[in-house]
Amino acid sequence: MIVADKKPVEEIIDYVKEHDKILVLGCNECVTVCEAGGKKEVGILASTLRMYFANQGREVVVDERTLERQCDHEYLEEIRDISDQYEAIVSIACGVGIQFTAEKYHSTPVYPGVNTCFLGVTEQRGLWTERCQACGSCILAHTGGICPVSRCAKRILNGPCGGSAKGSCEINKELDCAWQLIIDRLKSINRLDLYEKMFPIKDWSSDRAGGPRQVVREDVQI
Amino acid sequence: MSAKTPSKLEKIMAAGHLGVTSECGPPRGSDPDTIREKAELLRGYVDAVNVTDNQTSVVRTSSLATCIHLKLMGIEPVLQMVTRDRNRIALQSDILGAASFDIFNLLCLSGDHQCFGDNPQGQNVHDLDSMQLVWTARQMRDEGKFLGGSDIKRPPQMFVGAAANPFADPFEIRVPRLAKKIEAGAEFIQTQCIYNLDKFEEWIRQARDRGLTEKTFIMAGVTPFKSAGMAKYMKNRVPGMDVPDEVVKRMADTPKEKQAEEGVNICVETIQRLKELDGVKGFHIMAIEWEEKIPEIVERSGLYPRPEVD
Repeated sequence: MIVADKKPVEEIIDYVKEHDKILVLGCNECVTVCEAGGKKEVGILASTLRMYFANQGREVVVDERTLERQCDHEYLEEIRDISDQYEAIVSIACGVGIQFTAEKYHSTPVYPGVNTCFLGVTEQRGLWTERCQACGSCILAHTGGICPVSRCAKRILNGPCGGSAKGSCEINKELDCAWQLIIDRLKSINRLDLYEKMFPIKDWSSDRAGGPRQVVREDVQI
Repeated sequence: MSAKTPSKLEKIMAAGHLGVTSECGPPRGSDPDTIREKAELLRGYVDAVNVTDNQTSVVRTSSLATCIHLKLMGIEPVLQMVTRDRNRIALQSDILGAASFDIFNLLCLSGDHQCFGDNPQGQNVHDLDSMQLVWTARQMRDEGKFLGGSDIKRPPQMFVGAAANPFADPFEIRVPRLAKKIEAGAEFIQTQCIYNLDKFEEWIRQARDRGLTEKTFIMAGVTPFKSAGMAKYMKNRVPGMDVPDEVVKRMADTPKEKQAEEGVNICVETIQRLKELDGVKGFHIMAIEWEEKIPEIVERSGLYPRPEVD
């Protein structure tokens, strides 16, 4: 899933402090799972904003809404008839949802209420960790199903570097060395022979480096 | 292994002599005299001088510019190049730039993570990794081709090396990793600083068993401690360093005013023991900001005078 984290409320207040009618817009997907932008967080953020404005002696309307998704036309259309009522929308979907909302409601300011962090997993409640950087050209078959692009601090394809110590990365002892994990995993599937092959220079053109990306699937287009 | 490039370092080791390198860290400023003064301390005592590339991710004068200063002084440089700061375009371009000044030695590294330096907010590049950079340099030299496939007019003639850390984890893949670097094209290897000699000897033994010591020149890395504090710091703070307790204790048990001398003693003893080790083809003596000690270490280790080659 896409993992996001809450922005400091002071930053959000700074964006919206001049407005009198605000919609806080959540999303039922990834950001709900990582407890940054679902219905519950919409409620908390809206209450915080109301309290702030009340303390300032201002009458500001702060409404709440949570869509099934903010990355689909279909669900974003659900606020078509009410969007004009608001001077601003604070979206607490991921950066994708925030942008799609802004594209769709072109004349309404849309502010981010979260920082979008990475593609990751819930290791345990309150701990989300990165697994994928969407490089567009998956190499997991060669690395025992563990990704050095997202999990090695230097995205080394022929690791580990000299800083790997006792299973930890040189940048932080709390962080697993991706290459230690890869080697452990290759051992447990009896494929340590894969380690012996030099991984060739990667084509990064399907990564961010190649510019904004598209997936075009004519077979499923209507 | 016969010499394939005009590198003096390669010729010396190919002739069966132990090679000796040291290093010169570029300054945190643009004063060329700092470079010249440091390099002058090393003249005649080492075969080539490594020039570090923004080591520990702290901004310094560029490695290439510093190498050119050395070259113009008649001292053979080893251009260190990290993959942290440049993509494949810049790396190939700098290799050509170095070749245009007849810099004949290249050491390919990934570089410390930028979080250790003075710009922790910066991006890192890592378009290639160190092994792929070795491969690239060899491709440029041996095939005369850019990565893009076009021909290079006057290809670089460089003796291409890589680093190895026998002490990093997991230990079991340290020798397979060395094998991969050699397969990628590493003709010489400079190791991490050696304090745990038993572990190093085990690593060399495994490398020998795989025939690797006949395929590349392994130069054992050594660094003299200036003080007991430095020994403790290296043990506890420097990534990938293995300093046994007894070595730290030996430094700590030495009176403060004698510690620098003791650090040099340990370094000389290490070289003397490793000189006898089958598979060690040279020494990389990294006297960090202590270049003036190099002549003494080289002489006391029996590595002086340096051999002459054509």
